[in-house]
Amino acid sequence: MQHYTMNLTLKVWRQKNASDKGHFETYPVKNISSEMSFLEMIDVLNEQLIKEGKEPIAFDHDCREGICGMCSMYINGRPHGPWQHNTTCQLHMRAYQDGDTIVVEPWRANAFPVVKDLMVDRSAFDRIIQAGGYISVNTGNAVDANSTPVEKEKADEAFAAAACIGCGACVAACKNSSAMLFVGAKVSHLALLPQGAPERKNRAMNMVAQMDREGFGACTNTGACEAVCPKGISIENIARLNREYMMAGLTEDK
Amino acid sequence: MKWSELFTSSVGKKWIMGLTGIFLVLFLVVHVGLNACIFAMDGGVMFNKAAHFMGSNAVPRILEVGLFAGIILHMLQGWALELSNRAARKKGYAVPMGNKGSKWYSRSMGLLGTLLFLFLVMHISHFWVPSRITGLEPVLIDGKEYHNLYGEMLQVFQGNLAVVLLYVLGCFALAWHLLHGFQSAFRTLGLTNGRYLALVESAGVLFSVIIPLVFALMPVCMYMGWIK
Repeated sequence: MQHYTMNLTLKVWRQKNASDKGHFETYPVKNISSEMSFLEMIDVLNEQLIKEGKEPIAFDHDCREGICGMCSMYINGRPHGPWQHNTTCQLHMRAYQDGDTIVVEPWRANAFPVVKDLMVDRSAFDRIIQAGGYISVNTGNAVDANSTPVEKEKADEAFAAAACIGCGACVAACKNSSAMLFVGAKVSHLALLPQGAPERKNRAMNMVAQMDREGFGACTNTGACEAVCPKGISIENIARLNREYMMAGLTEDK
Repeated sequence: MKWSELFTSSVGKKWIMGLTGIFLVLFLVVHVGLNACIFAMDGGVMFNKAAHFMGSNAVPRILEVGLFAGIILHMLQGWALELSNRAARKKGYAVPMGNKGSKWYSRSMGLLGTLLFLFLVMHISHFWVPSRITGLEPVLIDGKEYHNLYGEMLQVFQGNLAVVLLYVLGCFALAWHLLHGFQSAFRTLGLTNGRYLALVESAGVLFSVIIPLVFALMPVCMYMGWIK
């Protein structure tokens, strides 16, 4: 694709801290290369702001390779911008044309409070994982990987669910701010494997209980989460979570 | 986990929506089937007999109690979920996501359900209240007296364009509600098996088109004088 440069107008959400009301600021950015990533474009804007003696825009990022799940911008009405199966850091400026106006907002959900500007606190996800998103293994030598046979299709499904990077785009996209795609993926990738079977009941019940405590909404199967998921996690995982949860609740001892 | 917790968690509440939803879908099959007796073109003989059976036999009368309970539970739980889901995002987006990733009717189940509730208020006052409480004109069929529910239908729909239009609108709301609700209910109840999901999805689309269409034809046919 031909390289080109563009001038853009950015409308960015600015918020000093969690208690600040926040507002949009409009910034012109010039000479942006079509080969830059979206975050590099924000870096250019931030350098400009620093030179002008203004506060740079705070935003989350880490690997910039689309695998860590840290970047989290809601761009022109879609989490992670216009591309399918893509994170903000892997969104490139060739998605835009000279003269475009781009509105950038943080994830919006009560369970993800804004820390500053475009940064939100996603530790609710960590607490859901702590509630059951693991398997308990005694210490000692790791057993041979081939000693537990796993059906190939199940292994592939588990892997597809485990591809979730926990970025929270599903919550940001959902009209109910539901975390069911995230929790569904985390429950599924263990429930599909023999290693996850011993703790499957408590896992489903405890993770759903923690999800509810964090203030996420309930799932209405609209599919918006699946559409924006950078890893293409299927909403089939939500149905599996529904089943895991009810089976656990109905067959529990106490 | 206590039983109460099982059904008051977010997943449990959705299970209640799914179970009552499927129950109401089954009711629609019975309702549309019995009402289709008006298409027998026999001056309402078959329809009045069917209505008499539903009103006098113990089994449908007991099921009727379950039906009202199911509708009320589905409505109250639906509204409660709608409110708590909306409250989960106090500050909204400046640029809404709109149809990027989901269908408008899948996001509007609360609104469509509320329209259906308003329709039901009108519908119940048109037919259920006269047939069960305030009484209907009797009609003689084979020397036996029946409630003339068929006559009531003709009276409500003939020459009453506004009512017919409201009924047709109600059928549209039902169609959109079912188009999302039918398959969503099965997903909520945990259906992940690909071959069954494909079956449920296509059955859902057919159901959402056929049932409301047949319902809508009833007032339309009476209004147009195709059924007398």
